[in-house]
Amino acid sequence: MRHFLDFEKPIAELESKIEELRKMSEADGINIAEEVGKLTEKADRQLRATYAKLTPWQKTQVARHPDRPKAKLYVANLITDFTPLAGDRAFADDAAVIGGLGRFRGRSVVVLGTEKGTDTETRVAHNFGMARPEGYRKARRLIELAGRFGLPVLTFVDTSGAFPGIEAEARGQAEAIARSIEACLEAPVPVIATIIGEGGSGGAIALAAGDAVLMLEHAIYSVISPEGCAAILWKDAAQAPVAAEALKLTAEDLKRLKLIDAVIAEPLGGAHREPDAAVAAVGDAVAAALAPLLALDGATLRMKRREKFLEMGRDALI
Amino acid sequence: MSWLTEYVRPKIRTLLGRREVPENLWIQCPACQQMMFHAELEKSRKICTHCGHHMRASVPERLKWTFDEGAFTRIELPKVPADPLKFRDTKRYTDRLKEHRDKSHLDDAIAVAHGTIGGHRAVVAVMAFEFIGGSMGAAVGEGIVAAAKLAVLQDAPLIVFTASGGARMQEGAISLMQMPRTVIATRLVKEKGLPYIVVLTDPTTGGVTASFTMLGDIQIAEPGAEIGFAGARVIEQTVREKLPEGFQRSEYLLAHGILDMVTKRDELPATLARLISLLRIRMKEAA
Ligand SMILES: [Zn+2]
Repeated sequence: MRHFLDFEKPIAELESKIEELRKMSEADGINIAEEVGKLTEKADRQLRATYAKLTPWQKTQVARHPDRPKAKLYVANLITDFTPLAGDRAFADDAAVIGGLGRFRGRSVVVLGTEKGTDTETRVAHNFGMARPEGYRKARRLIELAGRFGLPVLTFVDTSGAFPGIEAEARGQAEAIARSIEACLEAPVPVIATIIGEGGSGGAIALAAGDAVLMLEHAIYSVISPEGCAAILWKDAAQAPVAAEALKLTAEDLKRLKLIDAVIAEPLGGAHREPDAAVAAVGDAVAAALAPLLALDGATLRMKRREKFLEMGRDALI
Repeated sequence: MSWLTEYVRPKIRTLLGRREVPENLWIQCPACQQMMFHAELEKSRKICTHCGHHMRASVPERLKWTFDEGAFTRIELPKVPADPLKFRDTKRYTDRLKEHRDKSHLDDAIAVAHGTIGGHRAVVAVMAFEFIGGSMGAAVGEGIVAAAKLAVLQDAPLIVFTASGGARMQEGAISLMQMPRTVIATRLVKEKGLPYIVVLTDPTTGGVTASFTMLGDIQIAEPGAEIGFAGARVIEQTVREKLPEGFQRSEYLLAHGILDMVTKRDELPATLARLISLLRIRMKEAA
């Protein structure tokens, strides 16, 4: 069963009608090819029209779609010889951050991702993609490992944010995030970050201070969730759609503000409709971003990365 | 250095600042509710004379207390694009900025000055919680970067007094990008072998904590300051547990290994001077 979002209701209705007709024709042997064809065309048009002008709040729903491809799927489809590495060497292994060694199109790399999980069991196991300090410390350790062995770092970011918990604070959540950002910025190897779903605040930038930051077309990247922003500034969480608009959290907006480097087009109707195609598109975009960086030495990479971030927002005009 | 001629036009400010508050004004301690004379509090550096509570301090006060003889030179900070997102909540962001500028006599939530501490040249950045909750947007980020560059230029340590409720939401992801930008600033200072000292004051939370604040060579907090990444209320709602006694306070962080020390405000200048003198082996003598 496909999971439909609220604004996809008209599409859902058309698709269920098509499904019904198909079942009927199977049962009764009636030829309804023409009817199905018409309806399919209509559903397709509707889908195209809806997704061509998604509002920021609708994009937020798409970015959080339960069926949207998660970090693990990217690793499974894009990385061969994947060898997971665990732990922060101090306290625990945080399953919200997955990482390890592997090959991307034949080249040895370090991969990192925030994993939300795909069903109740895995969501709980991965803490819904909300990392604790151990997760960011693992990330830092693996980025430093990549630096020692000259391996590019590929990150896949999908998190509502760092986990807000008592223990997380006691073990230095803020310090862990700061050090992970520092590790990204200091790495003497290419760092390519892709925001595949939700890029939630400090918990996202901890894995996204890279040479190239790519974003899927319907992903979001924001300093605070629309709900959180609405609750604070409008004193009303129901104003989230308005806040989503105001925050300029879409890939298109962030590209225009020069805060990200590229937008990756999604299959029609969003990455969740054709996960394999979405993952493949990300693979191509990562390869394209990585190629020019491979020629640069560590010092040059670091210098250019710093310059890029130091220039950000200086000429921000929308 | 072009950035210096471009941005850093030194401005000497009067040492004692404006005296807007009448001498006989009573002020109540928010911790113990005792009343004190304003003049008495000014002498005690806004430490409650009854219970020792450290009240929040203004930017001019911090600068005056930190530098030798209260003498310092403020630098003008780089201008940043105003309201890049054309943000409007219940108020226009531009109106909010103007209000805070008029009220605080600050351009944004940060000020940078240089002078000497215990005879050692030093660059000091002070965040202003009273300016939109000390939230970090492009101006604060640019202030930290400018302070770092000035420290490098002057071959001086960088000392940052933090105070922040978190991100400047009205600047969206531009606000978020100040996290890596300020981390880069700390690297500029450290790479030159210069000490980077952070003084955490009440409150320091959110993205400011999770970037330049937690990267100090030395981390000092004032007593009783609220310090954390996530807000206490958000944590309470998420974990549905009662927060432990003293959670996210300076003393709690010290006990959890996140700070080097908790230092009373009146002992801070001497502590800073001692730390600089202990760390400055590789630095040239102050001019
Ligand atoms: Zn008191």
